[in-house]
Formats: sequence, structure tokens, C-alpha cells
Amino acid sequence: MSEVVLSTRELTKHYVLGGGLFSRRHVVRAVDGVSLDIYERETFALVGESGCGKTTLGRVMLRLHEPTSGTILYRGQDLSRLNERAMREQRKKLQIVFQDPYASLNPRMRIEQILAEPLRTHGFGSAEAIRERCAELLDMVGLSRRYLRNYPHQFSGGQRQRIGIARALANKPDFVVCDESVSALDVSIQAQVLNLLSDLQADLKLTYFFITHDLSVVRQFADRVGVMFLGRLVEVGLTEDLFDRPLHPYTMFLISAVPRADPRQRGRERPILMGDIPSPMNLPSGCRFHTRCPFAKDICRTEEPMPRKIDDRLVSCHFPLES
Amino acid sequence: MATGDTVLRVRELRTEFRGDRGHVRVLDNVSFDVGRGRIVGLVGESGSGKSMTALSLMGLTPKPQSHVSARSIELDGVELTALGADGLRRIRGRDIAMVFQEPMTSLNPVRKVGDQVGEPLAVHKGLTRRQIRARVLEMFELVGIPEPKARLDAYPHELSGGLRQRAMIAMGLICEPKLLIADEPTTALDVTTQAQILRLMRELRDRVGTSIIMITHDLGIIAEMCDEVNVMYAGQIVEQADVFDLFERPSHPYTRGLLASIPKSTEKRIGRRMPSIPGRVPDLARLPVGCRFSPRCGDVISVCRQEEPALAGLAEGHFARCWVHAPQAATAGGRDAS
Repeated sequence: MSEVVLSTRELTKHYVLGGGLFSRRHVVRAVDGVSLDIYERETFALVGESGCGKTTLGRVMLRLHEPTSGTILYRGQDLSRLNERAMREQRKKLQIVFQDPYASLNPRMRIEQILAEPLRTHGFGSAEAIRERCAELLDMVGLSRRYLRNYPHQFSGGQRQRIGIARALANKPDFVVCDESVSALDVSIQAQVLNLLSDLQADLKLTYFFITHDLSVVRQFADRVGVMFLGRLVEVGLTEDLFDRPLHPYTMFLISAVPRADPRQRGRERPILMGDIPSPMNLPSGCRFHTRCPFAKDICRTEEPMPRKIDDRLVSCHFPLES
Repeated sequence: MATGDTVLRVRELRTEFRGDRGHVRVLDNVSFDVGRGRIVGLVGESGSGKSMTALSLMGLTPKPQSHVSARSIELDGVELTALGADGLRRIRGRDIAMVFQEPMTSLNPVRKVGDQVGEPLAVHKGLTRRQIRARVLEMFELVGIPEPKARLDAYPHELSGGLRQRAMIAMGLICEPKLLIADEPTTALDVTTQAQILRLMRELRDRVGTSIIMITHDLGIIAEMCDEVNVMYAGQIVEQADVFDLFERPSHPYTRGLLASIPKSTEKRIGRRMPSIPGRVPDLARLPVGCRFSPRCGDVISVCRQEEPALAGLAEGHFARCWVHAPQAATAGGRDAS
């Protein structure tokens, strides 16, 4: 297997809410002990429903938010111990593409300024070199150089997302977090942007950490998948295996909930998960999924399952499916 | 389909907006039927006109900058185009109800959910408070809200997204409308909650016989839910078919492209690249000459860039707006002309 680019060990991010004069203090355990290795040039997809902590994990990994505890190793270097200056130097290599192409570009800056900003911050070179790099970045994402003088509002959603990608690539990163980067786009445009991301990955040897709630995209785009539930990874495995034979009940329900674009399958027997996600402020005892799990037994209510390896898979469940 | 079985019959619906750049026609010649107890889909990408169709039918487009006209909009035998604003107001909420995408913004945050869900009854049926409360409780049970009695006095923020959408559906159905229009009802929900809500809507159709217009961008939802489908592009219906027909024999190149570009959760990845439709949706103020899809179409021939095709019949109940794939007779058939 290829080299590990980034790994986390027991990474946590807890937020404290309230605790003032009038409200009780709550701790939200958004990310609660995640250990994960991401390999060179792979696309690792992190999936889960809203509030599961996937966005927080993506940001804590890049230290855009400070972790509460645990370590982040980037090519062997512990990011969580770096001071601000050293971290800024690393940040060139660690980039993020956000979800909302409307909110993540400054509406008052021209495209050239938007792309030049990260170059200037990291001392890319002369004004001339920066200008040339900006034009080159637009070429890379399939936009015409003549757009350099335009403002974000003059572009469509798909084009804006291309600009967001160009900005992330400005300083030649090798690890890119894509946080719901195609979720706001229409399907025909979504496919275009996914194809662009694939091409860029091949050309620039990128590693993607692809955060999404859309399982259909994951199946077509990712090499490996991690399923997150209430701050924890409940299952990690190769995309094909995980979709064909989910081991964690939550993974199985998540996959079966996706509407299939084939009317002949509408009559199929399909399990639907009932109830709602428990509040991350008030986590259930034992396995966090037991309140919704139809297979839960006594031990699930009292003892939290630890991740264990089954074949190539990592599963946190006392009673994995089909094993 | 006999008229008696048709709840809604829309013919040549046109909606225009007056703006800085002159008149923009956001809906052009939209014609379709909704059969009793059927679920009819309107599917398309942003700007295709699917939500605008719903708002136009409900008389909810912004005034005075918009103008809606139609040859006919018939709801269960009543011609809506002949009704004034007051007449439409009586129909709205009673005979046609609507469920929107975001249940949090469509509910008033400072009023109890039970009162809001019962409001259409107070407005349209003049029932007493006690009668309304009993009926709301019945509806909460119907849509599967757990502990329905306690939920009557809850505020919107105390309910989860899924429960809020159930409450909205209860409100939509409380006057037993002839037609329910659901505009992206599950887009803001998580996938497991979405599966619950879609199942609920299917059950309601089966048990209560509600006719539903399902507006969505998601072809998966169309495949799971609908009986008939209208594919919309740039303000027009470009293909109209039975759902099985549409997925097995898509005719319009746009429909084909759309079906090819959806990532399929059940299919193995063949290569890295996904089929996509080149280019983007045209600006409605500067539409291309001829077929609106022609600049993005791989099957384009010269006539496509000169003249607009009509919605023409391919088979029983299957129509497409295409010079290449649908026979364009001198007098075009389809719902345009019927």
C-alpha cells in the first residue's frame, strides 16, 4: 500500500455551550476519538448525516479549528504541536474547498485578487509570477483567462466552484479537503466538477478527503469510505465492499435509504431507519446507535463497542451484520 | 385518461416577469394533467421552472412584476383562470395545498405547532377550537408524529426536521385537498429522514387517495414516487411520460444526459469519469434561437438552431420536444394542441 499522507489518533473536538448565568453547561462531543489513516493519492470519503461531526473533523484535521485532544500527523509531522508560524508554512500543502460557491468567494474581489491572495501570503514570487500563476490556475480548472478581471457574481455556481478549486490549488497542495464541494450544484454540473476533480487528482497527485452526505457520489468517486455517526467512525472500508456488504447496521440503513433512479426497484423490500438522531449534547450510553438500532441487545446499551478489524474493514459494532 | 379521472388539467401556462432587462418568460407553454390519486413529478435543474409552475398554479408569484396566463387551468371541473384573487384564496389551502422545502421557515416560530396546523380549518371551514384540536390530533396520528397529544402544544423549534415536515404535511392535508403540491419536500432532510417522509407520502396516497405533484431535482425520488413525469428545461416541459417509459426509453437528449449523469449508488464505478452534459442552463432573458437545449445537445441538426420544436407524441402518453427524437408533424400533437 502507498504511503500515509495524513493520520489522526484519538482526535477529539468538544465544544462547550452555555455555562453562563442562566444556562446549564453542555459539552458537545462533535468529534470524539477518531483514528484514521489517509493514503497518498487516494480519495477518502467521509459520509454521515447532519450533526455527525464530519465537517468539524475535516476542519480539525487542518487545524482550522483547534483539536481538544489527540494528534494529527502530516507526513510524520505532528501538526497539533506546531506553532502558528510553522503551521502556516504547512498550510500551503493542506487545503480545503468549501460547499457554498456563493459564500466562499469575496464578492468585492476580482478573480485575480482572489487567486493571488494565497500566493502573496505564502510569498510565491514577483507580481509578474503571481499574475502568470493566476492565469495558469484558471487554465487548470477549465476557465478562460479572460475572466481574471471579473467578479464572482458574474459566474454560475459551477464556475464559482471551479474558482474555489483554483484558489485551493494555488500553492500546489497535496492534501485537499472537499467539504460538500459538489452538493450545491445541479446534477449535470456536478458531474462536470467531479470529472475536473478526478483529472486534477491524476495530474497533480492529490489526495482527497471528500466530505459529503450524498452516498451516490461516494460510490462513483471514492476509493475508501468512512461512515461517521455522532462524532465517531462506525465503519471504514473500501467503497465497493462497504456498499455491497455493509457490516455496521447504520451503514446498511444509510445505503438503503438512498432513492434509486430505477422505477422497477420501487417495490423492493427495504429497511427504513425509524426515529431521529440523538442529540450530540446528550449521547446515549453504550453504543451511540443503540437507540435506533433494531438489532440492539443488552450489551449495546451499556458498553461502547471498540473498532475492530474484519477482513479489510474497521467496524465499531458488537454484532456486525453477516459475520 | 377520461376527464372524470383528472384532478388537474393545465393548458398553455405562461408566466412572465417584468424586470430591468425587459420581459422574461420563465414558463412557456406548460401543459400537463394530474390524474386522481396519482403522483406526478416535475423534475429539472435550478431555473427550469418547476417551482415556478407550482407558484403560478397557486397564484403565489410575486405581484406586480409577474404575469401569469393560461388557456385553461381546471381543478376538478372548476376553471381557475376565471376566478379572481378572492376565489383563488378560497381554493388555496382548501382544494390545493402546498408543502415547501424548508419546514423551519414555513412555520411561525412563536406559535404552537397544533394551532398552525389547524389554521386552514379555521380559515376555510369555520370549525370551533375544540373541533379543530381534535382534527389536528387525528392528522398528527395519520402522519405518524409520536406522542401526538404532547406535540400539539410544542413550538416548531422543539421538533426535529423530520417531525416539522410531518407537521407541514398534516397541515397540507387537513382540509382534504384535491391536490397536494410538494416542492422539494425532503431536500433539507437527512437521507434516513427523507426515506421516512417519502414512505409517508406514498402511504397517504394509497390510503387517502391524495393526488400529488412532486417537484424535485432528484431523479431517484422521481423513480421511487411518481406515476408520470414531466422533465423541465429552461421554462418548458421537454419530455412527458409514464415513469417506467421515461427511465427505460428516455427520448429527449436532455433527459438522457440527466439520467446518465446521476451517480448511481447501486452501480460499480467503471472509470473515473462520469458522463456529463456540457455547458450550462441558458439565461432565460437570452434564450438561444430554436431549441433551447441545442447549444448543449450532441444530436443537434440544423433545424434545431432555427425553429423551436413542439411537444410531440412518441407513443401513448409519451411526448418529447425534440426535432431529432420525436416526430414533428406539420401540426404537432401532444398536450400543446389537445
